[in-house]
Amino acid sequence: MTMRSPLSRVRGLGSAHSGTEHFLTQRMTAIANVPLVLFFVYLLVTLAGRSHAAVSATLSNSTTAIFLLAAILSVVIHMRIGMQIIIEDYVHHDGLKMSLMMANTFFSIAIGLCAGFAILKLNFGL
Amino acid sequence: MVQLTLPKNSKVGVGKIWPRPKDAKRVTEFHIYRWNPDDGQNPRMDTYFVDRDECGPMVLDAIIWIKNRIDPTLTFRRSCREGICGSCSMNIAGLNTLACTKAIDDVKGAVKIYPLPHMEVVKDLVPDLSVFYAQHAFIEPWLQNKVSATPEKEWNQSHEDREKLDGLYECILCACCSASCPSYWWNGDRYLGPAVLLQAYRWLSDSRDEATGERLDQIEDPFRLYRCHTILNCANTCPKGLNPAKAIAEIKKMMIARQL
Repeated sequence: MTMRSPLSRVRGLGSAHSGTEHFLTQRMTAIANVPLVLFFVYLLVTLAGRSHAAVSATLSNSTTAIFLLAAILSVVIHMRIGMQIIIEDYVHHDGLKMSLMMANTFFSIAIGLCAGFAILKLNFGL
Repeated sequence: MVQLTLPKNSKVGVGKIWPRPKDAKRVTEFHIYRWNPDDGQNPRMDTYFVDRDECGPMVLDAIIWIKNRIDPTLTFRRSCREGICGSCSMNIAGLNTLACTKAIDDVKGAVKIYPLPHMEVVKDLVPDLSVFYAQHAFIEPWLQNKVSATPEKEWNQSHEDREKLDGLYECILCACCSASCPSYWWNGDRYLGPAVLLQAYRWLSDSRDEATGERLDQIEDPFRLYRCHTILNCANTCPKGLNPAKAIAEIKKMMIARQL
């Protein structure tokens, strides 16, 4: 129950003057994801069932590794923004929302770093 | 969290079955949502039988017939009865539309009528649109000129510029689109919704308006504008055949254009 006027509720805390960058980044990573993920799937199919040595050999190619790193970067950024939008849409409890947003960011960074590190390790032949 | 089920006191029960009209040859069954804020009861679905030979062809004709002949307590908004005032918007056979322009024959079987979804109900088919109207007031839907509000002669507009308002100015603010939008359901207190954003774009694209930048500033917000996820229920339901989603996409393009 609130006794604020409807217009006061609509004006709320004012405009955040943001959102456009997220919107644009979401679209740009979506476009980038198309070739990058296709490349990743192609790689996955050709490497399916091959030995660790064969995978290492393929990933020792710098171009392949760079394409995979780009795929991870693009997918992780896209995933984080997408998940943030879902949280903002459906979670209205302030504390829970903030915790989920943090968890989303931490998860994205962690998964991105792990995947990137794995590719570098294979590329450097460690 | 988003509430996916109705709260206990809003669960809709089975209502009264009103008597059939005597000697009627062509009868159509109507199931209509009823809720009275004064009796402390849950909402219910009442069943009415309408004599089609005594009543006009539209759903609004039928509910006016019911109010006049069967049940004077049935409450709904109506005014122009020809699709220009936007008063009689309601959910008919699962789609938000105007009762006055929806033909009864277009509905197969019994005609189910609910108030606009996810709006607080004042009574029966009357939703509370005060926040919706405040959102419309918020975008300042009038021509704004910085040089002079009272020019000596009229503001000229080229034919091409006038055409840019087609598909926008026809909106009658019936709220069918906003009440059909899941983003508006979940975040209607912060998201402006398709109807109001279409109106915002109507003023953003008016060549005579000089407040474009300020208008964009006001709505550049993750909730006010960017809750639109192009679900397109708005375009699907609009009884005037407009496309609010396209207008919102145009606003987003303007937002990008001023950044790049």
